[in-house]
Formats: sequence, C-alpha cells, structure tokens
Amino acid sequence: MIRTIAWREFTRMFLSPLAWVILAVIQVILGWMFLVNIETFYQLQPQLVHLQVQPGVSDLIIAPLFSLAAIMLLMIMPLITMRSLAEEKKNKTIQLLFAAPISITELVLGKFLGLFYFVLIVCSLLMLMPLSLMFGTTLDVGKLLSMFIGMLLLLSSFAAIGLYLSSLTDNQTIAAVSTFGALLMLWIIEWSSNAQALFHYLSLLAHHQPLLAGEFSSADVSYFLLIMLLFIGLTIRQLDGDRLNA
Amino acid sequence: MTQTSSPTPLVQITDLSRHFGANQAVKNISFTLNPGEVLGFLGPNGAGKSTTMQMICGNLAPTTGQIIINGHDLMDEPIAARSNIGYLPENPPLYRELTVDEYLDYCARLHRIPYGEVAQAIDFAKAHCGLEQVGKRLIGNLSKGYQQRTGIAQAIIHQPAVVVLDEPTVGLDPIQIREIRELIKNLGQDRGVILSTHILPEVQATCNRVQIIRQGELIFSGSIETLNRQGQGKQMRVAFARPPNPAQLQQQLATEQISQIDPQRFQIQLDQALLAEKLVRISVDQDWGLFELVPDNSSLEDIFVELTRSDSASQNREEAA
Repeated sequence: MIRTIAWREFTRMFLSPLAWVILAVIQVILGWMFLVNIETFYQLQPQLVHLQVQPGVSDLIIAPLFSLAAIMLLMIMPLITMRSLAEEKKNKTIQLLFAAPISITELVLGKFLGLFYFVLIVCSLLMLMPLSLMFGTTLDVGKLLSMFIGMLLLLSSFAAIGLYLSSLTDNQTIAAVSTFGALLMLWIIEWSSNAQALFHYLSLLAHHQPLLAGEFSSADVSYFLLIMLLFIGLTIRQLDGDRLNA
Repeated sequence: MTQTSSPTPLVQITDLSRHFGANQAVKNISFTLNPGEVLGFLGPNGAGKSTTMQMICGNLAPTTGQIIINGHDLMDEPIAARSNIGYLPENPPLYRELTVDEYLDYCARLHRIPYGEVAQAIDFAKAHCGLEQVGKRLIGNLSKGYQQRTGIAQAIIHQPAVVVLDEPTVGLDPIQIREIRELIKNLGQDRGVILSTHILPEVQATCNRVQIIRQGELIFSGSIETLNRQGQGKQMRVAFARPPNPAQLQQQLATEQISQIDPQRFQIQLDQALLAEKLVRISVDQDWGLFELVPDNSSLEDIFVELTRSDSASQNREEAA
C-alpha cells in the first residue's frame, strides 16, 4: 500500500514538466561545474606533486561538486516537496486518501517514499559524473560511496522537512517558501560566531561535511535518520489533527 | 422515527455530534441504514449534511458519538470500517493530470483490491458509470458530467456495502441526472446508499427513505410516503375552459380549500370527501370544460420548506419576544 501511494506520487511528478525541468537544470549546471573542476585540477596537477599529502580527484573534483549540488538542492527540493500534501488539500483529493482503508502512517510513508524515489534519481544522475572519470583514472570507491550516501541522507532529510511543511498548509507557495527558510536556517545555524555545541549539532551542514570527506560516522548518519523520523512523525500527527479540527 | 429493526444494519449511528469551535454543526444525530435502502439526506445548504457524510466516511472525527459500519466501529477499527464504504465527496477527489483508467487503477489499489482483480474492477466501475469511451482521456479535459461519473466510479470500484454520495447530480444535464439516478437505484438494490441533496425531486425519484436535517438536527425521518402523508392528502391543479367563479366552485365541490392560480387554473386540496373522480364528474355535469388535472408535486416541496423554515422562524420570534 505504501508503495502504491509512493509510485503514484512519483509518477505524478513526472506528468507535469516541473520535475523534468528541475532535473535538467540541475544536470546542466552541475555538468558545467564538473567540467570547470576538471579544468582546475589539470592546472593544479603539476604543483600537487610537491605536496606531502596529495589530494586526489575525489577531494578536488567530486567533493566541491557535491557541495555545490547540496546547496542547489537546498533551493530546489522545496519546489518538489511543496505540492506533496498542500496540493492534495487544496484540490480536496486528500479526501480520497482519508476515505480509503489506509492508515495515516501508510499515507505519509507512501508520500515520503515517493519523494525518496525522486531523490534517488537526483543522486544517481549526480553520481554518473564522477563515475565517468573511471575511464581515465582510478577512484576512491569508499569515499565515493560515502559521498553518495551522504547526499542521499541529506536530500531525504530535505524531503521529510518539506513534506511536513507541506502538510501544514493548502498553499503550495507557502509550503515552498517555509521549507526553503527552514532548510537554509538549519544550514547556516552554525555560522554564529559563538556557536554553541547545540547549534553545531543541529546544523545539516556540519553533519554533511564529514560524509563528503569520506568520514562515515554513525553519529552523522543517525542525525539524518532522526531528522527524517521526527518530521515524518510530525506529518502523521498533523494529518491526524486535521481530521479532528478541520 | 421509522427504524426497521434488522439484525445487521449496514450503518448504525448513535448520538453523533460535531463542533467547529463554538459552532455545533451536527447535533446528536442517530439513524441506521439497512441493505437495500436508499436513504435521502435532505436539508438546505449549511444544514450539516456534508459534515455528517464526512464523519461517516472517516474524513472528520466526530466530537461525540459512535459510527458502526457493517459491524466495525469507525473509531476502533477504522480500516475495516472504511473498506466497507465508497465515498463521493462534494467535490469529486480527482487528479486532473491522470487518465480515467490510471485514476481508477490507483483507487482500486488504494482500496486493496488484489492485483489480479484490478482490471476487472475498473471495467465494472466504468460499465456502471458509462465511462467505457473515455478511459484513455485525461480527467482534466472531461466535461463536468463525466468528471462526476468518474467520481462515482471511484466510490463503487471496490463494491462496498455502503455507498455515500454527497450531492451526486450537481452540475449535470437532465439526461445525465436521469442516468445517475438510475445508477443510484441499481446500487441500492443490494447495498445501502446514503445520498445527500438539497433537491427534493431527487429524493422522490431515487430514495425509499428520507431524513431531513436542519441546523444540525434531524427533524424528520421516514419513508417518502410518510412525508407525503404529512401533506394531509393530495393537491391537484385543475384548469377549466369555461371556469366558474371561485365561490361557485367552492359551493359545488363543498370544500373551502381552493385557491385560484390564474383565471382558468385552480389549486384544489383533495381528501376522502373529495376524490379526483368526484371532481371530474362534477365538472362534466356543470360543463366547465375540464382540460387539465395534475397532481401538484410542489406539495412535498412545501412540506420541506415548512419543516426546514417555519421552526426557525418561530424560534426567531421567540427570541425576539
């Protein structure tokens, strides 16, 4: 049942041009960045030889690419998540789901899984660029895997936060703007000069950076999983409350 | 209240209430629905019809009260209870960017129809709602009537024991209305149908039981015949080519209950003492040239208006006093 809802959510995204356009824009911009990074790498390569610890292709090409991708998707994911529940509320199609013999938990998990499918596509398309380098050089597969998982976790967290904010309103624009605000806030929360340990812990960025560097720590992974769990839980609560108070 | 006491009512509602803030939209409603019944839920706009429908279908949680559907309590076993219901909300819940087939496929799966039987279920729903020709078309491009039918198809695709339709004929042309009414009657043969409407002829045409709701309260519940009987006999509209004057007419027919509509037409209340047969005989004897004798359907409408308005008017007077 969860998969039925997820698949419908996912395919419906691609019935409007939005998802296609978003994927195309991401791919063009990141493709360009990828080429620029390769160019820079070629220019720097002669100097790198003199360094004691030589940074490799993963550090100089792929990590910056993924960093940029993370920032870009921070702006783009709200556009994907905004319609998820807000549109159903607006068009009252949510009544179909409420009247069907499915639980709210199944409904929300289905919606989230649908968004996750999209995230998976984004990450796979992103992954193709570094993988193309395998024709010319050897890559640090472990590091690459860590980056991929990091990206997947980060974007899934974006999706969970976006899903929750989409459940609060029947206006897609409000859902998108508030999601963008929330994501940006979680991103920059550690920029405060006297950053508390708590702020540092809350920051999405602080937990994403180590994964980009290839440090796969269970603390960072749990952080992302907790974020997802929290916002999926909040969404379920919100929709349950809708039935009581609407 | 005429509640036929059957051992297993499909829907059993006890003391159902719903508040929206300080406003009580539904007040202590109780009723039952049995298999083979088409129950008309009649009331003016804003009377609480849709709220009641939404609660029966699990879209709104009731403030107090109990809803039992086919033996399952909607609060305790929501999934089992809801799988026995097909619901067409006031605004059909359609995805405009899907085709009719895709949409019905999704609905079938949402209602947990096993994979192997989905295609069969879609065909069943389409055949019943006259949608065979439009399966491949986008819902957004369909006319209002076809969209409404798609909404009904969605409600019956899993062949539920109870079908709840909230104003199903809104926006349809007369031919479509007739088809939908026929469909509702067919549905009511082996299952229970609850139909909400503010159109009285719709209830007369399709329902075998009617409930009138006003300001959240049930003010009438019974069969259509009971409702008719409340009108104290039948009204007839008669027209004469050579009309007598009203006083003469009153004298000849020995009744006071005559009102003139236009120079040729009169409205006459019939009762045991004055049957239609007698009316015709007198008019022939007197050579009035009777050329029209029509039962006046507006009488039921009058009862409806009277039931839904007069009490509130008298209430207002009391409050003013």
